[in-house]
Amino acid sequence: MRKAKDIMLSDGANNAFSSLFAIFIGLVFGFIVLLISNPSEAVQGFTIILKGGFNTNAKGLGQVLYFATPLIMTGLSVGFAFKTGLFNIGAAGQFIMGAFTAVYIGVKWTFLPAPLHWMVAILGAALIGGLWALIPGLMKAYLNVHEVISTIMMNYIGMYTANFLIKATVYDSKKALSMNTAPSSVLPKGGLDYVFYNPLGNGKDLSTVNSGIWIAILLAIVMYIILNKTTFGYELKACGFNKHASRYAGINEKRNIVLSMVIAGALAGIGGALLYLSGANGRHIKVVDVLATEGFNGIPVALLGLSNPIGIIFSAIFISYITQGGNYMQTLDFVPEVIDIIIACIIYFSAFSLVFRSIIPRIMRFRKDKAAATAEAEAAVAGGEQTERREQE
Amino acid sequence: MNIVFLIVQQTMFFSIPLLIVALGGMFTERGGVTNIALDGMMIMGAFTSIFFINQMQGSMSGQTLLILAILIAVGTGMVFSLLLAYSAINMKSDQIIGGTALNMFAPAFAIYVARTLQDNGVQQITFSNTFRIPSVPLLGDIPILGGLFFKNAYITTYIGFTILVLAVIVLYKTKFGLRLRACGEHPQAADSVGINVYRMRYAGVVISGALAGLGGLVFVIPTSTNFNATVAGYGFLALAVMIFGQWKPLRILFAAFFFGLMKTIASAYSVIPVLATASIPSDIYKMVPFIATLVVLAFSSKKSQAPRAVAVPYDKGSR
Repeated sequence: MRKAKDIMLSDGANNAFSSLFAIFIGLVFGFIVLLISNPSEAVQGFTIILKGGFNTNAKGLGQVLYFATPLIMTGLSVGFAFKTGLFNIGAAGQFIMGAFTAVYIGVKWTFLPAPLHWMVAILGAALIGGLWALIPGLMKAYLNVHEVISTIMMNYIGMYTANFLIKATVYDSKKALSMNTAPSSVLPKGGLDYVFYNPLGNGKDLSTVNSGIWIAILLAIVMYIILNKTTFGYELKACGFNKHASRYAGINEKRNIVLSMVIAGALAGIGGALLYLSGANGRHIKVVDVLATEGFNGIPVALLGLSNPIGIIFSAIFISYITQGGNYMQTLDFVPEVIDIIIACIIYFSAFSLVFRSIIPRIMRFRKDKAAATAEAEAAVAGGEQTERREQE
Repeated sequence: MNIVFLIVQQTMFFSIPLLIVALGGMFTERGGVTNIALDGMMIMGAFTSIFFINQMQGSMSGQTLLILAILIAVGTGMVFSLLLAYSAINMKSDQIIGGTALNMFAPAFAIYVARTLQDNGVQQITFSNTFRIPSVPLLGDIPILGGLFFKNAYITTYIGFTILVLAVIVLYKTKFGLRLRACGEHPQAADSVGINVYRMRYAGVVISGALAGLGGLVFVIPTSTNFNATVAGYGFLALAVMIFGQWKPLRILFAAFFFGLMKTIASAYSVIPVLATASIPSDIYKMVPFIATLVVLAFSSKKSQAPRAVAVPYDKGSR
């Protein structure tokens, strides 16, 4: 009994609780929107959202993982910067620049042999994505330019640059998309083709999911280790908690701001590579004046995952799952943008989570006479630390 | 000479919405709440008012319709901004995250509602522009000046300048303005002399919502004949204008015209003789306002005079 209570009181459970609460409210709100716009089909439409990838069986689940891959990466990007106290809204720009680089290398550098080709493409994407975040990082550290504004500007600059470069180099003007990359640059299936397919006659109707999801999960674990088990990660988090205190403790906070942004940018750039190095059946870059949604959706992914790399894997799969559900819902005359409304609602309420996080333990601890005093003290501390609350595990 | 007239008129179309929205941002930040959701509020204001014009243009036209649409845009912005105010002031949640949520909500909502309500199921809302004033009576006949400022104009331009004058008066000459600024600099001190910090901050956010909603409409009317659930990142540019203007109305005016000119170059380069012959791709021109923003911010942020308590939730219990 005692043990169960301790688990409920732990920070991790508490945080997961507040995320689940935000998701619940978001879904309820989405249902209300459906109910208002079309009462007779609302229940059916909502069921399709909840069924998500299951609507088209194993292949659908594979697609959920395929579209979750870039979200894990942009989520890691936003979450990693969060840990250092930076808000990286620029994942969209870093993502699309990385995507262009990967596709460019995939199409043009055919002199590279198979496994090396896609690896180089991913590294190139990481490099350019990191470069795209280096500028806001430097501006933040040395010129006091708020990273929210500068990364938003870099988003637009990146979108137009990528459009321009794609049209100049790797454009398939018949389809108005980027070209197919060379087969040697396509990510291997990584065993996933044995699981995620629907039978089609004698053959298989394969999902586009590939080893990109393994790479994303691996990188999430690497990020977890860097943040929690290394001095470097500790310094980054210290800067996030209190810039001035960490400088006083001898941490070079300017260097850490720049490094944190560059790593965040590289992660988003890799996301672009993993999504588009997926062969002829996979996604191709559309040349439109719209910011990459994968970049913006990194924000809710990071918030729901509480910036914890392992949490981000699950939240990315969740966001991808309901987005797939939203696509299937179009068979019922519903507009898929309801998913964006749900996601916006989830972010809105996840910003409230501080309140839930301080209320839940207060209720739980109320009965413990002796612990009551300390709980009050801790709640007061939590209230004072609200600006740094994102960095809490 | 006609080219100069054209450029000035175009610059007006781009600058006035920036001016209005940046002034809105100034009010909320001076009160201590950062409003990254200006873009979303512009979209919401533009959406409801353009939809209203779309529905009503059969039965009325011209300035009456525009003025009614303006009222709707202002009202929508105010209501929508309450969401930010509630999360930032009452719930003391992170203002950037709350604002980001609203920025995601607004375009999704506009597309969803437009596609659900319109018979053809498209997200674009079209309208016919009956609001342009070819020449203002009397004033339009003044040589040169008339051509620059009183021909091919919209009443929104003059509303923009009126708002600027009002903003200066309200911020610097009224009790309300003084109290609002106090809440943005040192809310504890303001509270200690009996000012209701929460109420002042609510006022700041709602003013920004009203102006951003109006700015959305003002942006769409002269530059397009349909609304496609976007204001092309203008809300974010307005934030940059506000920072470049150092949270001061007259400097914001200057900054807004600087960006308006950049934007004019980006969109009207094909009619400017020197640029049209240079054969630079359009994508490069489209980047110009954003690159200019970054460069300007790099130079103007070092000695930033941001309100001291901006983005910090006010908690009565903390010291």
